[in-house]
Amino acid sequence: MKISPTIGIVDYGVGNLHSAVKAFKQFSDKVIVTEDADDIRAADALVLPGVGAFPTGMQGLKIRGLVEPIRAFSKTGKPMLGICLGAQIMLSKGYEFGMHEGLNLVEGEVVDFSALATGTKIPQIGWNSLAEPAQEVWQNTILDSVASNRDSVYFVHSFIFQPRQPDEALATTEYGGREFCSVFKKNNIYGCQFHPEKSGAVGLKIIENFIHLVS
Amino acid sequence: MNNVRIIPRLDIKGPNVVKPVHTEALRVVGNPAEMAEAYYKAGADEIIYLDIVASLYQRNLDFDLLKSVSEKIFVPLTVGGGIRSIHDISNALRAGADKVAINTYAVQHPEFLVEAVQTFGSQCIVLYVEAKRVALGRWEPYTDGGRERTGLDVVAWVKEALSKGVGEILLTSIDRDGTRLGFELDLVQAITSFSPVPVIAHGGAGSVDSVKEVIKNAKADAVAISSIFHYNEVSVKNLKVSLQRADISVRI
Repeated sequence: MKISPTIGIVDYGVGNLHSAVKAFKQFSDKVIVTEDADDIRAADALVLPGVGAFPTGMQGLKIRGLVEPIRAFSKTGKPMLGICLGAQIMLSKGYEFGMHEGLNLVEGEVVDFSALATGTKIPQIGWNSLAEPAQEVWQNTILDSVASNRDSVYFVHSFIFQPRQPDEALATTEYGGREFCSVFKKNNIYGCQFHPEKSGAVGLKIIENFIHLVS
Repeated sequence: MNNVRIIPRLDIKGPNVVKPVHTEALRVVGNPAEMAEAYYKAGADEIIYLDIVASLYQRNLDFDLLKSVSEKIFVPLTVGGGIRSIHDISNALRAGADKVAINTYAVQHPEFLVEAVQTFGSQCIVLYVEAKRVALGRWEPYTDGGRERTGLDVVAWVKEALSKGVGEILLTSIDRDGTRLGFELDLVQAITSFSPVPVIAHGGAGSVDSVKEVIKNAKADAVAISSIFHYNEVSVKNLKVSLQRADISVRI
């Protein structure tokens, strides 16, 4: 069922826009793509999509003057969703091509995969599952009704985020013998390391759940 | 656990999906948007979309056509054909691509790969290699849709491209393309034996067993298939079920 909150998708120059837009449009009639601070303020929910490198992403926000508007939005309690790079830049800092400051909406760092089993390929490219850290943690979140350890979503990444607070890890995923945080949640701020807009029916369900967070 | 990806590949010429044999002798097989949607619904893990004449004619991708193809699919789309600039990559991403595959321009300007990787991230940049056997255990990369020789060696070229940061290798065997004779296992093995990034094997998929072989024996991380899917000789679903029965991990 379609509802009509305004979903603002931030265009900061390196985003995976068409894919994200068309997925969100399945569930809302008011999806706007914007690099305008006023639009961001007015949105009912905000999405930071992402394809790219950490410094390029932050630079894209800075030259558009969007760092402060996004930080201000994060304090309103309205739902926010970062996807892949868009989620990574929500953390305090990243180490892709040197150390760079992030938006610092969620305390923590973005680091490369390390200590993976021999022969494990980087980037991780492909379908992998999500694990619920404790029973019923996913209820009423974007992962509501996703099947833990069964449903697969699509990952393409060389770096991972590590929120400092362990309870901000809403889902974990195992790759090359290493468990990492694949979804974080801090209040109404969510970040997915995978691409829900590219994860078939499961991904679309996650997007629908996100839109239904708008009260 | 990472699943082996099964990827239908659409070779695009003009408004059509075509199927080359040895990268030539094209036959029209269908409408790109309809075929992409059907493959998505059938459980394809990704779709590859390659404009096979863009480089040859120095044209850009048809971004409107690409947009129509990406509209109804919610799995990743790798797009190639005539990519020559950062601007081209941006346009492809905006038209729904998730990754771009680069062959000809990368061979002519290897440094472009560095710029592309720094702008979009490794995971976005796929090296597309069309390999033709020149001797036992030796292959030469071709460009411009398999028409132009490069004088390079496939293994050396892939190593160079990896040093520039590409995040994935799409490896086509020109000799097997469209033949259904099975994958060129020693070619795939020659690359997977050292590549730290995923390798998508393409060219020669015939029986279900040939797909099992390239995964189990040649260690392909993903398999791109056109003929046997296009001509309904096996469905995405049935292939995956057969692979699963052979203890190959796939998304079903």
